[in-house]
Amino acid sequence: MSALPTRRDEAFRYSDLAAVARHWPVAVEPVVVPAGETHADLIVTTADSPVIRHLAINVGAGAACRYTIIDGGRDYGRIALDVTLHDGADFQLGCVLIGSATQTIELVTTVRHIGPNATSRQIVRAVAGGAATTTYLGQVAVAREGQKTDSSQSFKAILLNRGATANAKPELEIFADDVKCAHGAAIGELDKDALFYMTSRGVPKPQARGLLTRAFLSDALDGLDEAAVETLDAVITARLEAAA
Amino acid sequence: MLIIDNLHAEVDGKPILKGLSLTVNAGEVHAIMGPNGAGKSTLSYVLAGRDGYAVTGGSVTFRGEDLLAKEPHERAAAGLFLGLQYPVEIPGVSNLLFLRTALNAQRTLRGEPEVSGAEFMKLAKAAAEKLGLPFDMMKRAVNQGFSGGEKKRNEMVQMHVLKPWLAVLDETDSGLDIDALRVVSEGINAMRSPDHATLLITHYQRLLDYVVPDHIHVLMDGRIVHSGGADLAHKLEAEGYSAIAA
Repeated sequence: MSALPTRRDEAFRYSDLAAVARHWPVAVEPVVVPAGETHADLIVTTADSPVIRHLAINVGAGAACRYTIIDGGRDYGRIALDVTLHDGADFQLGCVLIGSATQTIELVTTVRHIGPNATSRQIVRAVAGGAATTTYLGQVAVAREGQKTDSSQSFKAILLNRGATANAKPELEIFADDVKCAHGAAIGELDKDALFYMTSRGVPKPQARGLLTRAFLSDALDGLDEAAVETLDAVITARLEAAA
Repeated sequence: MLIIDNLHAEVDGKPILKGLSLTVNAGEVHAIMGPNGAGKSTLSYVLAGRDGYAVTGGSVTFRGEDLLAKEPHERAAAGLFLGLQYPVEIPGVSNLLFLRTALNAQRTLRGEPEVSGAEFMKLAKAAAEKLGLPFDMMKRAVNQGFSGGEKKRNEMVQMHVLKPWLAVLDETDSGLDIDALRVVSEGINAMRSPDHATLLITHYQRLLDYVVPDHIHVLMDGRIVHSGGADLAHKLEAEGYSAIAA
């Protein structure tokens, strides 16, 4: 992965290529979760974070791995996760992408079920305001050996105004015949009926939009303990205000 | 309390309200009845200030102030409550969070101190109990998975916590079974006082057996064409709108 990507590279179709060029090449960071073990990681990006990260995550037999990612707060950001799941491994991803102004925020995941009985659950929620672009490219690949795979992938994006963009490309590649793979992708706006309902009860519009947007993101934080969510909320709230 | 004078409004360029005038005094309950398409829901949305409902003429004065100059949330803070025919579901926002946010936003705008978490819980519990809504449901997302009756009870709970001066209840009786209708009616009646007023917008006279109005108005083609006392409801039921309007 050393040649500088171009627009023709599917995984970089929506990228800010000028920014990519400035930060290329990118070293792949290996993450190994040994068989039977548990690993949880939290990535909250800031303006000082590495612009592009590429993690190769190997989850051993019976091991469990969870990533929580809050990406935003920078002009360009790209996080790529290459996940390999062995026999009975479990991978969970909860990701929030928030783009404001002219930011481009990208998440690229490839989850490979190479052994049987592995599970993966990915929930990605994106909010784009201003002229921002959020992109999610998500591939789930189930090898011939990946029988009894149970995989789900859900992507939803909200555009806060007309100048904003969300891209979604969910992809399934399945070679086993006894698998459960669910995926869904949706891009929309804040519910106008809900906004009117809230304002008609006395909630000022910006506050109503904030509440609705925050509620939209909450699926991605499912399963985290309350204290963790509260900590993340400070960052999320600030970013949402910037995007509003 | 509320003075509507020669109100004209349109939706998508189509005139719906065509010179509607109505005065509601404190302490009174008014009912507006009318056939489909008469402008009943348009009236309630215009009063609440919904986007897309354009006022093209006339005025609305609410407690001495120009209601139409205010934003929707300012109208709520001024004491106007709109009970919706189809209360909206809001996934991810709990009833308690929503209601407390609304109450405190209203209070802040009125220059009153916010209510504390404990005070609010007391208010919400009391209202839920009075209106027969299990308190556990208040912890769930707004109206999500609620039956038609539960949604309407929830509207009543919100009304009792927010304590508006004027409640405009749009088809609050639709979709209710007899028990729910009774509870909701009791909720409306419990708000009756010399200081408060209620404007019921309804299709059927059924609700008016439980909440007996002081005045009934017939709305047809964007105007009040006939007004009378509580007995008008039965006459309408028996003879139909067109006979009354003729």
